[in-house]
Amino acid sequence: MKTLVSLDVNGRTYEIAVSPELTLLEALRYELGLTGSKQGCDKGDCGACTVLVDDRPTLACLTLAVAVQGRKVRTVESLAQANVLHPLQDAFDQHGAAQCGFCTPGILMSAVSLLEQGGDAPDRLSIKKALSGNLCRCTGYTKIIDAVEDVAANTSSPGPPGHTGS
Amino acid sequence: MTHSQKTPLHRPAPHESCYLHVKGEARYVHDVPPPPGLLHAALVTSPVAHGRIVELDVSAARALPRVHAVLTAADVPGVNDCSAVIADEPLLADGEVHCCGQAIAVVVAESLADCRAAVAAVKLRVEALPAIFSSREAVAAGSYMNGVHIIERGDVQGALARCALRFSGEIETSGQEHFYLETHAALVLPEEGGTYKITSSTQHPSEVQANVAKVLGIPRNRIVVEVLRMGGGFGGKETQGAHLAAWAALAARHTGRPVECWMNRDQDMLFSGKRHPWYSRYEAGFDAHGVLQALDVFTVPNGGWSNDLSRAILDRCLFHIDNAYFIPHVRFEGRIARTNRPSNTAFRGFGAPQGVMIVEEVFNRAAEALGLDPAELRSRSFYRDDEEHNRTPYDFPLPGPRSQRIHEELMESSEYVARREALEAFNQRSPLVKRGIGYQPLKFGVSFTHSMLNQAGALVLIYSDGSVQLNHGGTEMGQGLHTKMMAVCAHELGVPMGRIRAMNTATDKVPNTSATAASAGTDLNGAAVHAACVTLLARLRPVAAKVLGVDVARAPDIAFADGQVYIPGESYETSFDAVVRRAYEDQVSLSSTGYYRTPNIKYDASIGRGKPFHYYAYGAAVSEVEVNLLTGEHRVLRTDILHDVGDSLVPSIDRGQIEGAFVQGLGWLSCEELVWNDKGFLLTHSPDSYKIPTIGNMPTDFRVELLQQATQPDVIHGSKAVGEPPFLLAISMVTALRHALASVRPGAAIELKVPCTPEAVLREIERLREAVTVQERQHELTT
Repeated sequence: MKTLVSLDVNGRTYEIAVSPELTLLEALRYELGLTGSKQGCDKGDCGACTVLVDDRPTLACLTLAVAVQGRKVRTVESLAQANVLHPLQDAFDQHGAAQCGFCTPGILMSAVSLLEQGGDAPDRLSIKKALSGNLCRCTGYTKIIDAVEDVAANTSSPGPPGHTGS
Repeated sequence: MTHSQKTPLHRPAPHESCYLHVKGEARYVHDVPPPPGLLHAALVTSPVAHGRIVELDVSAARALPRVHAVLTAADVPGVNDCSAVIADEPLLADGEVHCCGQAIAVVVAESLADCRAAVAAVKLRVEALPAIFSSREAVAAGSYMNGVHIIERGDVQGALARCALRFSGEIETSGQEHFYLETHAALVLPEEGGTYKITSSTQHPSEVQANVAKVLGIPRNRIVVEVLRMGGGFGGKETQGAHLAAWAALAARHTGRPVECWMNRDQDMLFSGKRHPWYSRYEAGFDAHGVLQALDVFTVPNGGWSNDLSRAILDRCLFHIDNAYFIPHVRFEGRIARTNRPSNTAFRGFGAPQGVMIVEEVFNRAAEALGLDPAELRSRSFYRDDEEHNRTPYDFPLPGPRSQRIHEELMESSEYVARREALEAFNQRSPLVKRGIGYQPLKFGVSFTHSMLNQAGALVLIYSDGSVQLNHGGTEMGQGLHTKMMAVCAHELGVPMGRIRAMNTATDKVPNTSATAASAGTDLNGAAVHAACVTLLARLRPVAAKVLGVDVARAPDIAFADGQVYIPGESYETSFDAVVRRAYEDQVSLSSTGYYRTPNIKYDASIGRGKPFHYYAYGAAVSEVEVNLLTGEHRVLRTDILHDVGDSLVPSIDRGQIEGAFVQGLGWLSCEELVWNDKGFLLTHSPDSYKIPTIGNMPTDFRVELLQQATQPDVIHGSKAVGEPPFLLAISMVTALRHALASVRPGAAIELKVPCTPEAVLREIERLREAVTVQERQHELTT
């Protein structure tokens, strides 16, 4: 039995009919065609599906689509604005922080959340904690931390879009 | 006019797809927009490890709505085999099943939910038969696959008898799940006239093409296999991706519709083969100077139920038991255990890590028995650049071994000796937290051990606007092969990297390719790209002479660099685009293939002699660990790596390979543990129970350096392969752990098992403490 839901994803409103068991990840990938969020394990263990729901990092594979009605969902597809890369995207490119790239969208969203929290620039340990739920099998993680640290040190935190920052 | 000879070679470069990765736009098979009419394929699998199929009734499943087909072995129009080497792996089980999870039937339906309903509706009864799971059990039962491989030199038993220190032992290393982040997937589109277009997540598109052709009973030219990219491969997609393509192709053949076969994580881990678990017995002897004189090894990989690549994997193990050490008297005998596990397969290192673990266990035990620094002890046995100490067990003289040089540089830069002393002092005053330091050298042979496979092709297309499409036979799985190939192509043609587009790997561009494997992707395909570009430049030079207005005899003087075409030191100059445009107008061909085969490699396994490798990569690592004696938990505080990649083509890519390989090796040896129940069912089939290294498991302080002035002759631009070798450096962590544990009971023999999970380490701590008690009791009784 499908129900009609309204999803706010990357600033756009989508009306779709979903089964109650449909996950947010499945809705994003198979209903909206937003395949940037990856299906790595379906158990909330690999982090490849990480998106932001009301600015908090959220595992889309463990979240039901019907549960995010009225909340703001942001995916990796929202980061580049008018084809200008987000500083984190640019830093990942410069530092070679993506190899196979499959974990990259989820890691970027965890890192975006960390940087949007404002306050002092996070140190390497804080970065590790923020990314501890994201698995990467290729890089050995060093370049990922380097990339996030680089952005943290060189940008004043803008806060989430639409907020005034903290 | 001066030109800086700007070249993208030997400089850092971003991964060619990174700008797509970070935007979420890089497509993997399962991201391809579904074609109209797409159906899904899923499997009915064996519930037992070994058994006879006594009932397989698919009629109820076939009758379900939205189910389009349920296919069994009887529905295979061609040959029911999807093996890599010898025809011993039925695509769908016929009569007998040999492991849990083996495919018996394919259901084809409109959604994955419909597939699940169909699988549940299949009536299957399997009568269980006795099963064998481990190499030890196989040895006891004599359950082997074909053949024995022996490499022998000198008189092992005679030499052992003369040795000052002689000991024997057993060592087991565990399996490892590849855990590529992108699971196996294939998408098959039936096209006109009985042809098929296949998008596959595979390291070996030509083998996918060959296997699908065999299964469908059609010639290979009716099939095009394309690889977009893989979300990781590590060897796990060298052979086993072909099965998914073949199941989907079979489904497409029967339904006439596009079919995707995609596995979720649990299905993937249950279906796929792993790194071979390995069992070995050894006897070793050292002379009075602490030099390894003799090593006798009997070694048995757990092949699983079919051959897959196990023979070549065993070969590479035997070629690497010597690692960096000259051992005068050796006998290495290997056999492959046939068991009722999924067929184990290629995984980064391809048997070499398991072989090297044997000799490193020998060195660790000897150092502990002799009370010597294990790094210094190892260096005494290094291959040296003289005729007395440079011959491998297969009697090939190593040209210029680099172990000693790397050893000296790393000992100094890591301050190994001083830190080792400081750690021993630390351990004296720290009762519950112990630290240790370990050193690991490596030598790794580069080439496919099956010599025929060392060939590659490329196809370079220049368009009349000066932009370039680059095709080569290698696949991109994150290792940066396309980036390196673009750098080679840009360098040869003298154009900026941005003018070149690396195309998806496809069997209609370069035929009969070898797998992207054996760390050889850059060496082979790079040389093929180079050859194609040389052909094109030979055609473009006379055209350039015309455009520059110089005599054609001056064509060899013309330089191509960074999009400019000129004669160095003179004022003649034009652009690459202008030369290309003129070439088109003058009716000169602007496309060329390139081909390369590795020269002079040949090995005769029947006598264990030959030159199996084109050259060797070297490296070394020093790791420091900290162990909590109350919990067995441990972490790597610092790792220093000095690695030999020759003249790195793209240093940023190579560093990523070294760091990633090392951490993956740490996973194999510390936290990744496959657990099976006694029925042969894998219990750890998802990341909730199978733990690969997280960001918290990497070394806290991680220092990676590339060996300088390390040009490798006869390899593309002096570079060396990098994919697999650094994986072995993680063994430094095991040696460091043993050093830390040595202070629990100084002088007691350590029996640390791998993987060194906190549980395994804690068990060893408890055992050592128990050993103290026993010895003390004996002491009390005798005094």
